[in-house]
Amino acid sequence: MTTQQPRLLKRTLLSVALASVGVMGLAGAANAQDDTFKVGFVTFLSGGASGPFGVPAAQGAEIVIDAINEGTLPAPYDSKGVNGLMLESVVVDEAGGPTKQVEEYRNLVQRQNVDAVIGYISSGDCLAIGPVAEEMEMFTIAFDCGTSRLFAELDDPQYMFRTGLDAVADNVGAARYLAETRPDAERIAGIQQNYAWGQDSWQDFTLAMEQLMPEAEIIANQTPQIFQGSYGTEISALQTERPEIIHSSMWGGDMESFVLQANARGLLAQADALLTTGESGLHRFDGQAPNGTILGGRGPFGAFMPDNELSEWFREAYEAEHGTPPSYPASKAAQAILALKYAADNSGAEGVPSSEQLAATLKGAEFPSVSGTVRMDLANGHQAVQPMYYGEYHYEDGEAELRNVRSYPGECVSAPDGYNAQQWIKEGFPGVDCD
Amino acid sequence: MLTVWAILIDGFIYASWLFLVAAGLTVIYGVMRILNMAHGSLYALGAYAAASALGWYYAQGGDQLWIAFAIIAVSAILIGAISGLIIERGLLRLMYGRDEILMLIITFAVLLILEDVMKLVWGTTPYFAWQPYAAMGRFNIDVLTVSQYDLLVMALSVVIGLGLWFWLERTNMGKILRSIIHDREVSEAMGVNVRRMFTITFMIGATLGAIAGGVTAPIISVVPGIGVEVIVLAFAVVVTGGLGSITGAAVGAVIVGLARATSIHTMPELELFIIYAVMATVLVFRPHGLFGLAAARKI
Amino acid sequence: MKLERTELSLIGVAIAIAILAQFSPNWLVFTLTLAISTALVVMGVVMLMRAGLVSFGQGLFYCLGGYAVGLGGRFLGITDALVLVGLGVVVTTVVAMILGLLMTRYREIFFAMLSLAFSMILYGILVKSHGLGSTDGFGVVDWTLLGFTPGDGQATTTALMLALVLALAIALFLNRYFKSSIGLACEAIRENEVRVEYMGISHRKVLYINYVLAAAVGSVGGSMTALAAGHVDPTMAYWTISGEFVFIAILGGTGHVAAPFIAALIFTLVRTYAVELAPNAWQMILGIVLLLIILFLPKGIWSLFTRKKGAAS
Repeated sequence: MTTQQPRLLKRTLLSVALASVGVMGLAGAANAQDDTFKVGFVTFLSGGASGPFGVPAAQGAEIVIDAINEGTLPAPYDSKGVNGLMLESVVVDEAGGPTKQVEEYRNLVQRQNVDAVIGYISSGDCLAIGPVAEEMEMFTIAFDCGTSRLFAELDDPQYMFRTGLDAVADNVGAARYLAETRPDAERIAGIQQNYAWGQDSWQDFTLAMEQLMPEAEIIANQTPQIFQGSYGTEISALQTERPEIIHSSMWGGDMESFVLQANARGLLAQADALLTTGESGLHRFDGQAPNGTILGGRGPFGAFMPDNELSEWFREAYEAEHGTPPSYPASKAAQAILALKYAADNSGAEGVPSSEQLAATLKGAEFPSVSGTVRMDLANGHQAVQPMYYGEYHYEDGEAELRNVRSYPGECVSAPDGYNAQQWIKEGFPGVDCD
Repeated sequence: MLTVWAILIDGFIYASWLFLVAAGLTVIYGVMRILNMAHGSLYALGAYAAASALGWYYAQGGDQLWIAFAIIAVSAILIGAISGLIIERGLLRLMYGRDEILMLIITFAVLLILEDVMKLVWGTTPYFAWQPYAAMGRFNIDVLTVSQYDLLVMALSVVIGLGLWFWLERTNMGKILRSIIHDREVSEAMGVNVRRMFTITFMIGATLGAIAGGVTAPIISVVPGIGVEVIVLAFAVVVTGGLGSITGAAVGAVIVGLARATSIHTMPELELFIIYAVMATVLVFRPHGLFGLAAARKI
Repeated sequence: MKLERTELSLIGVAIAIAILAQFSPNWLVFTLTLAISTALVVMGVVMLMRAGLVSFGQGLFYCLGGYAVGLGGRFLGITDALVLVGLGVVVTTVVAMILGLLMTRYREIFFAMLSLAFSMILYGILVKSHGLGSTDGFGVVDWTLLGFTPGDGQATTTALMLALVLALAIALFLNRYFKSSIGLACEAIRENEVRVEYMGISHRKVLYINYVLAAAVGSVGGSMTALAAGHVDPTMAYWTISGEFVFIAILGGTGHVAAPFIAALIFTLVRTYAVELAPNAWQMILGIVLLLIILFLPKGIWSLFTRKKGAAS
């Protein structure tokens, strides 16, 4: 190595350092203009959760944001922009774990000067962001993460909202669907990814089953590692237990791989699978899941979206842009953006609404969305209540559809305020209302 | 009894997959002393290439199983050999002679770059090429079913293992390679074109990784990040067996495969630890792995 | 006399940062705190590297430090930040003293893989601990510092001050340590272990002390990260995080105690701007930066600051 290179590099490095300081200064100077509303959108753009969840969510959000800026959304969102302001988004990759996300969140708020943050698929990220959002007093919507601990661990939230359901609703709904459609099933097994989501889901599901189908026996649960991909051994282990129902909270590529392998191995002919996030595979299974496989979509999202003007518009716009109907992560992202528009439009603010104004408007609100009417009724007006849907996969002549769809109202699947979700199930669902 | 059968069958199926994944890694390390962290990315490249080629073939209305297998082989070998050539000639060549650990970090950088390159080329939508796996069918042992595709993977793994052994032990090139393993400087002095041998070795190792990905593609949904997940697994197998040893990789794969199957069938809770537990236990008693040789201490 | 100059400049830089932090935006203060905490763990990696060992499992101690803070606050009711950090150091030292007996027998890739295995076993245990939130982790309690309770908006600056003081103390100590007989023996072991033995030095003992010290330093980094970010989760022990530490160590080089700090800061800034400017290709940018540094600065970024130009070749 010659002596020239270090000197040259030193100079380059110096100028890079100077340039980045300059960029920092500019970022500070280019403070949000008065005619735009800047929202940070955090979603997985790399790693295993990006394909099935992160990118569809970003695409769903983008379509709604574009339509908002063009003023082409159906009523009541047909006004241009949010509160008359152009909506500008900054997309950030959610990969890297909670510590990095806390850092990126601070960067969004203070360096990028966003006016609101929407995002977070991973529950760990939601749990870490919650207290930071409160500390920084920034209006934040969690659009997908499912942990029931989010508002249990955040006393008196002011700025943090969640426009999706928690995972308890998925699994209580699943148990209710089984009790209604497979009341005679006796041998129940499970397969969950070995991390918090899988463990929580299985715990909530088995607790609910004890209440709703006390005759059924829980015989086995497999816990493969997340992103493992091949499940041959787990499938054999399940086969030797001879289950009738297999509950799985696996998602994305893992869920698809499992279904594919279990079907090819004949396991799904021996037992019915119940996939709490199976909706994202509806248009991808291509008949590789047997008819009668039970699919959930984490609420009235994706193929479970009820027919209304907004959902029809969204379905068409998404399909025109991306060639497939929107899956549930896309609808959930769209819902969070609509919640933002609702809060901004009704905040009564002049110009850019403050976080306080947005929070006050969304708190306890009822707003129309692609999933029907959303009521922010739980966690002191910060958590959405929505019905839970399950249905059966049916594939015929190259067309996949959902049959035997049943819905359970929010009060039927979500714990009322003041209850720990697991306690609520164990006590036999006090205050439940399923009509 | 059924469980014992299941453990044996599953264990060997998993072991043969592990061996496929680990073989390329151990070949490259054995000859070049590079622990290639980008091996998982080559696996992912093979999987993406095979999955998209299969997708194209079935979209054309193809339904011949043997053509599908030919497509997997050709696409995986092509992408493995080409990317192996590019990585070796374009990058590693500039770095030879550096510290072993530095080489590891260099391949880590390659891994980071390839992850995003694959995302740019194939996007993030999962690829699904299930047809060959489903078409191979299955047979039953009582309530247990065995996929015949998995048996085919097992056969392929045996063929590749024997092929590698033959190549290294019985051919002229194998002799040359062993001389390089033994002493790089001396063999160079004896007129061995070490650089050419390195290129060939790296291409073969990379191709093995891509083939492992290619044959796995019909079993899984191919998504970003699958490469990163297999690296540590392959490392664990190779280190357990002894770095650079083909026999070691095979034995390591069988031990890890059987241990894992036993745990899943009897104590599924422990599955997460089992691979690391096996590796740590083996290293405690055999610090260089089962078939690894202690390096001569230089004075 | 050079020694004192290094110490003086370390103190000077720390004071300068402390003063500048009062006028810096909050995000920069937070990023600085994380960078300093990361640098402490990297320092542990560098200590091992000076002895010729590369750890792909330094996340083990990083995670222990973080969880000691989280658990100490949650179950033992400790709120004082210094006591929490101290708790982490004690726990980590005990674990490292046990593991060290085994680890010091290994070299090269086997050391790397075995350290990785232990770190992944801790990861597995934490993932299995449903009561601790499994992979979701849990929040760290609001902490105090020597009776002072940071109010709204003061927590980030207070965390930076604490990190600065701890890092300065550790850097001053390590600066002397590197020049002490054990520190020099480590370098000798890297160059030639057998000759060190011939000189009558127990290489196992030297490596053991070095290993335990590196672990303790790493634990402080983990504790500070937990205090600043307010959340701990098992990812801290996952092997990719440990890989990141090695990455930064190589970026900085092993030439000087200040190198890990500079490298960690550059790494954090490159990453955060890469994530912002190219959310879909930031890993590629990181990879390319790393390759360029290895290609042009084989001794790390620190070699830019040394006058010995010939040394790089």
